[in-house]
Amino acid sequence: MCDGDAKICTLEEEIAELRRLLRDKEECLRALKIEKTLRNKFSGDLDRDEVVRYSRQLLIPEVGVDGQVALKKGKVLIIGIGGLGCPASLYLASAGVGELTLVDNDVVEISNLHRQVLHDESTVGIPKVLSACEKLKKINPNIKLIPKQLHANSETVKLLLEENQFDVVIDGSDNVATRYLLNDACVLNGVPLVSGSALQFEGQLTVYNYKGGPCYRCLFPTPPPPETVTSCGDGGVLGPVPGMIGVLQALETIKILTKSEGVVAGRLMTFDGADLTFRNIKLRPRSATCAVCGDNPTVKELIDYEQFCGSRADDKVHNISILGADEQIKPDKLDERLLIVDVRPELEYRMCHLPNSVNIPYSKIQSGKALDAIAESLNRNGQEVYVLCRRGNDSQRAIAALKPHLPGVKLINIKGGLHSYSKLVDDHFPVY
Amino acid sequence: MSGLNITIEFGGGAELLFGNKKKQEVILPAKEGEWTLKDLIFWMKDNLLQERPELFIQDDSVRPGILVLVNDADWELMDTVKYVLEAKDKIVFISTLHGG
Repeated sequence: MCDGDAKICTLEEEIAELRRLLRDKEECLRALKIEKTLRNKFSGDLDRDEVVRYSRQLLIPEVGVDGQVALKKGKVLIIGIGGLGCPASLYLASAGVGELTLVDNDVVEISNLHRQVLHDESTVGIPKVLSACEKLKKINPNIKLIPKQLHANSETVKLLLEENQFDVVIDGSDNVATRYLLNDACVLNGVPLVSGSALQFEGQLTVYNYKGGPCYRCLFPTPPPPETVTSCGDGGVLGPVPGMIGVLQALETIKILTKSEGVVAGRLMTFDGADLTFRNIKLRPRSATCAVCGDNPTVKELIDYEQFCGSRADDKVHNISILGADEQIKPDKLDERLLIVDVRPELEYRMCHLPNSVNIPYSKIQSGKALDAIAESLNRNGQEVYVLCRRGNDSQRAIAALKPHLPGVKLINIKGGLHSYSKLVDDHFPVY
Repeated sequence: MSGLNITIEFGGGAELLFGNKKKQEVILPAKEGEWTLKDLIFWMKDNLLQERPELFIQDDSVRPGILVLVNDADWELMDTVKYVLEAKDKIVFISTLHGG
């Protein structure tokens, strides 16, 4: 953003140009260094730089030279370069895994930075896969990094797994549909899937489709009802929680690549950061009746996972429209004399709110418990009332729920909610 | 005959349906015959559940996406709803997470 200030604009452009120049020179240096270290007469399988760089893990008997060579030959596909994919790829790159393919369709946002540790202020707005590769290259220039800015769906994942023989796939995605997609793709291609997830204070980790263990479908043959699924964007997440799960995904990947014992397959590790407790759960074995990995599979190729799950394969909110045109108004057309009812949760209302608004959470309206009291307070405030929320969806639902109880009041939805308000009226209002 | 003393725990957000309490010690009232996990699930619905039963129960079992554990083992290893509860059992309901 230039903020209309020419000086800022010029400086930003100059810095961007210098960064490009720096990247080119670093790339040139990297190529020269690799060529140089390859000419080495002192060690057989590893070059001089590798022996020094990886010495601390080489010294572990379970790794040793053979393990390090296995890592170097390893090819890992990482889906989602967010809260899980960042720490996972950070440790895998540092450990010298030979080839990492990074997949994510999003660009870096400022609200990612508290947990997505490869990105920083200078990469806000650029694709996450590029931001991540840039950082990883600085840490370890000796590995091959393949950034793929694309949305993981049946076509793209099928192609990725056809083009390359991966040893491990890491699921760092943020939605149910992608989790089923990656599971089926891994089963159909015989690749272990290191699956992690996190929300608020809690994390879960397991390896599917490994050495006769169950797959995701063995555990969850039926997708959860969409209304029971909470995203990090809605429920929130504390950075260290996906951080820890992502680091453990890297650990399990290293163990698989080096053929070590003790991989968390057939088990589920759960972590609750609120009281710092771990659970180590013994899972069922592979199910003979599983639709994809069972004895008579019905899923023999990738399907439409958004349809199967009844939800979209991302963690974005999709807008609804359940009101008539006369019941809605754009935020730049508000009559300032009218009362605004903000139906977001109290916690979000306290984060930021419009000065002339009152907070009646949608959950309260939905539960029906406080309906009469709400109706009364609205009735006192005249004939027309605005209803507002974060994006303009819950406000519509709130109106639909309140309407039958408020025959004398015209409830008007503020279209697009506070996101739209920030865009159209005052961009000082924080978009979160 | 005295009641059956067990521990119920929740994780992954399943606790939100049960007054946000992650751990509850309960005494199941004495009844004729044994307490199965299915009996427990319906007893929880009537006695502990605070809101929206459809987010906990579906078709006489827990809804898809909730993993049930009996003493830290997947209930599939324990005959699922037919498992007969014993005193001091720990039954855990974990909602799977999908965020990252």
